Amino acid sequence: MTLTLDAPRIVRTRALLQVSNVSKSYGPVQALRNVSAHAYPGEVLGIVGESGSGKSTLLRMMNLEETPDQGSYTLDLPDVQGNLFDLDRFARRMLCATRIGIVYQNPHLGLLMKHSSSGNVAERLLVAGERSFATLRAKATEALEASEFPLDRLDAPPIELSGGMQQRVQLAKAIALEPALLLLDEPTTGLDVSVQALVLDTLKRLQQDRKITMVIVSHDLGVIRTLADRVMVMRRGEVVETGLADQIFQDPQHAYTQQLVHAKL
Amino acid sequence: MTRVLDISGLTKGFTLHHLNNRIAAFDDISFTVDAGEFVLLKGANGAGKSTLLRTLYRSYVPQAGSITFQSVHGAIDLARAADVDIAHLRRTEIGFVTQFLLARPRVSAEAIVAEPLRLAGVPQDEALDQARQALAKFGVKQDLWRAYPTTFSGGEQQKVNLARALIVPQKLLMLDEPTASLDANARAALVNRLTELKAQGTAMIGVFHHPGDVEKLIDRVIDLTPDFTPDEEERADVAL
Repeated sequence: MTLTLDAPRIVRTRALLQVSNVSKSYGPVQALRNVSAHAYPGEVLGIVGESGSGKSTLLRMMNLEETPDQGSYTLDLPDVQGNLFDLDRFARRMLCATRIGIVYQNPHLGLLMKHSSSGNVAERLLVAGERSFATLRAKATEALEASEFPLDRLDAPPIELSGGMQQRVQLAKAIALEPALLLLDEPTTGLDVSVQALVLDTLKRLQQDRKITMVIVSHDLGVIRTLADRVMVMRRGEVVETGLADQIFQDPQHAYTQQLVHAKL
Repeated sequence: MTRVLDISGLTKGFTLHHLNNRIAAFDDISFTVDAGEFVLLKGANGAGKSTLLRTLYRSYVPQAGSITFQSVHGAIDLARAADVDIAHLRRTEIGFVTQFLLARPRVSAEAIVAEPLRLAGVPQDEALDQARQALAKFGVKQDLWRAYPTTFSGGEQQKVNLARALIVPQKLLMLDEPTASLDANARAALVNRLTELKAQGTAMIGVFHHPGDVEKLIDRVIDLTPDFTPDEEERADVAL
């Protein structure tokens, strides 16, 4: 017994991100089943669910790394039109480099571990067409500083850095071009609790100062609770519930969400 | 008086799937609140007072009824409003005050108090200035303003929390036992701030263990004991 919600009436801006009716199978396994999601400009959408729920697959689709069997994906940006899943490889790469940033749980996926940290960040700018060495260096430094990376270690390769610092390099790379959308895939999983808090704090600051729209995937409810405005709960490739973060945590409706919330330490 | 809130037939219960049952919180509640009016909710523990506040704030989802709120954008039913609209109203028109501070690592007391102003678009310097004034009023010592409240005592955290929760004047304010364990000076500061906001037209709905703390502010008492009907609303001066 729950009321059906109305369409937005006060917030008239369109959603920045809209994924509609996405399905994807890998052989006999259906990873996503008719999944829809949206995020308004400046909003932080959290996606929770156990391993295999399809949450990371969905995030990879938002980063245009994978194409679904069906469904559409739009970003409400001035020069971006149509279903982004229809773009060719070159257009995808350009769009991802310039408008979408991503931080992976595993820094090896996002970084060249043996190149300098500032070089890793600058590479993203190079892809987008920046050629002046001075500008590259300045912009990379600025992004690393915003990610609260110690500037005396600019030239250290990520392989020599701690896990928390590697995540800051990924974050700097992701925000260097001031993306409209920042995707975070378990960004603090595997870090020490104290380091985790610092990285979360950095994310929160960035979000408030730059009003970046974020989608964060995590199985850690504490992380989602700290960052997300709205939460989407996934299970076995389907969305079982969405709601305001405090509502999902205080008054979960679906049996699975209740189980998930009550299992938290 | 200008109406701010019109609650009609509001019903809330909790379905506990693992126990396969439903716990009723309250059924078919109706009342109105005007601008500048202070409504005290009373009833025994478990009567649903805090649950009602959280339902009005939409931390809990109601199961039936309507909550018509007169926002600056016109009337909107909080029971059915889209999540994004509720989030917007929470930043601009509807506040919720508890006794607990959600401290974040590495965020100073003054920054945490200034944050709602910053989110409402007030420039950094001005927001910090107002935040410091609010901290002073609630009796937080100046040496603590730039410190991180994660390490503060419970009482000091609570003062920071109140300064933060009341810094932006809202149209509607829910108060969930904000005076519990406050010292006398901070309690007086709280009553002062609430009096100020009330005079500016903020409608308030509150739950207080010791209603005597806010006695002078109360306009009306609503009893959530199940057999209560609104016709029998008690006047504050009788009830207390």
